[in-house]
Amino acid sequence: MKKTLNQKAWFMVLPVLLLVAFSAVIPLMTVVNYSVQDTFGNNEFFWVGLEWFEEILHSERMHDALSRQALFTSIILLIEIPLGIFVALHMPKNKGFWSSVCLVLVALPLLIPWNVVGTIWQVFGRVDIGLLGHTLASLGVDYNYTQNSTAAWFTIIIMDVWHWTSLVVLLCYAGLQSIPDAYYQAAKIDQASSWDVFRHIQLPKMKGVLLIAILLRFMDSFMIYTEPFVVTGGGPGNATTFLSIDLVKMAIGQFDLGPAAAFSLIYFLGILLVSYVFYTLMVNSEEQD
Amino acid sequence: MAKITLSNLAHSYTKNPSSPDDFALKTLDHVWEDGAAYALLGPSGCGKSTLLNIISGLLAPSQGQILFDDNDVTHASTSERNIAQVFQFPVVYDTMTVRQNLAFPLKNRKLSDAYIDARVAEVANMIGMQEFLDNKARGLTADAKQKISLGRGIVREDVNAILFDEPLTVIDPQMKWELRTQLKALHQQLGHTMIYVTHDQTEALTFADKVVVMSDGEVVQVGTPTELFERPAHTFVGFFIGSPGMNVLPATIVGHQATVGNYQIQLNASYKGLAGKTELGIRPEYIELSDDPSGLAIEIHRVEDVGHYKIVRAVHYIDGQSIAINVIVKEGLEISPDMKFLIFDKNKINIYANKWLQDGEALT
Repeated sequence: MKKTLNQKAWFMVLPVLLLVAFSAVIPLMTVVNYSVQDTFGNNEFFWVGLEWFEEILHSERMHDALSRQALFTSIILLIEIPLGIFVALHMPKNKGFWSSVCLVLVALPLLIPWNVVGTIWQVFGRVDIGLLGHTLASLGVDYNYTQNSTAAWFTIIIMDVWHWTSLVVLLCYAGLQSIPDAYYQAAKIDQASSWDVFRHIQLPKMKGVLLIAILLRFMDSFMIYTEPFVVTGGGPGNATTFLSIDLVKMAIGQFDLGPAAAFSLIYFLGILLVSYVFYTLMVNSEEQD
Repeated sequence: MAKITLSNLAHSYTKNPSSPDDFALKTLDHVWEDGAAYALLGPSGCGKSTLLNIISGLLAPSQGQILFDDNDVTHASTSERNIAQVFQFPVVYDTMTVRQNLAFPLKNRKLSDAYIDARVAEVANMIGMQEFLDNKARGLTADAKQKISLGRGIVREDVNAILFDEPLTVIDPQMKWELRTQLKALHQQLGHTMIYVTHDQTEALTFADKVVVMSDGEVVQVGTPTELFERPAHTFVGFFIGSPGMNVLPATIVGHQATVGNYQIQLNASYKGLAGKTELGIRPEYIELSDDPSGLAIEIHRVEDVGHYKIVRAVHYIDGQSIAINVIVKEGLEISPDMKFLIFDKNKINIYANKWLQDGEALT
């Protein structure tokens, strides 16, 4: 077939190009700009090449933040995914009053703004007036998230689980709803145990939505900022200083624009890379079906 | 293996059924003989799947009893009834291999490994999947998956009955013939009671020894394929079976004389005291096109050539109303412009009153 050449078609792409330029490319380029320059004030910049990148890649501070971040993301994934599946499996299966009630209740945490979630837990965990903090303290548990790093981690993790398990639940619930009744009937006839039903019917059918859930939760938790910022501000010490918090400290607290810009870019590329790999795996595994 | 008796059975999906229309399945008494192959035939929504699910125990009936031999199993679970069922869409365990799929119902019943291996090999042979035994089930085509479902249905030797719920819906037409033939062969080989639900008359007639025809939650006729074709007990059966279905024409019956429009027919039997609307049923196969003006006057609208016969779509006008009549004629027949009349084969005429078949007194 002969292709028609029509150069005017480029004009059709122009609006999108402009939009993307203003929303993503230009802001990103300013960051790139900072990452290869240094300044001593007075708005005078000079070229430093890849120095900032080298510095950041070798900085212990970045490594620590990264390992805290990786630990945090792993823990919440390990809790939220199984818990989400568990809750979804126990929601009422048939459409009706109770399933609507459950869905609304489950969806509630997702509707609350990030910093409000942070505030809720900040207050909830306070030893003097918070229900959680006060109860734990009066039970004799050494719980004070402003001083004890274990308590701080505990609070942040519980908060994230409370906030985001719902997403996993909703996705899994949707996946479960799409399983035709015939599968359950066949399983009954085959005398399959409930573990078999889960392992061979429900889990395979949920695979697609689960992968999406894992991807979303990975990306989101890897970028977490607002809630720990509100609750602990990254403390005590640096105990809950995750990548985003560290980045903001560096960029706005210390005003180290160059290193912060290099940090941002590495951070961005890292998330992009992991998400891309994950997405590719996901698409490939779906093609196998 | 068991004889299945349905006694005074009915089912409604509404909680408090008040009118007969609330029932998906109207009161029904029926016995499924041990070892026979039945087809449950009817249009979509006539209650056949409801009936099947009641027999398999996936649904509890609103009223009545189900007996397997002489045991009341009305409230027994599916596994207690020891029944196998094959569904409309292939139900396979995607993550298992074909072998594991076939072995699954046996494994769950804690049978010995040696027996399972032998039995799986045997069943794989029956359904023609022996080459694929170690493939994962998820990569297979719909046909192959449905074969696995069938295989899982027949893998247990001791089942009381095997139920099929429109199992060939998703299969390509060519494979349908093959699988149906295989099923029929399996039935002869295994001797299980089989109940096969379908809305496809060809499937029903080729598979079953006896066909149970349902309409609107009611069983309208139980019979062999020949009986359904020659003596439909209800005009619905006449319409539903055959392609095209039986012609049902309003007729006046007096003794052994039937009158349809201008056409007077001497019947083989005489009918007395027919109540309600009387109709005459005649299959398109038993009508002849003719130029004899004593026949039924018609106007031919269309002729469809099916290859080995022709379907003539004709219309008879009576009191300003038009009645469509289908006639099947031989491929070689030249239809001349004079052929404006129909002659019925009087041996093949059925008389209906209020839609139900009437038996006349044979003339001596």
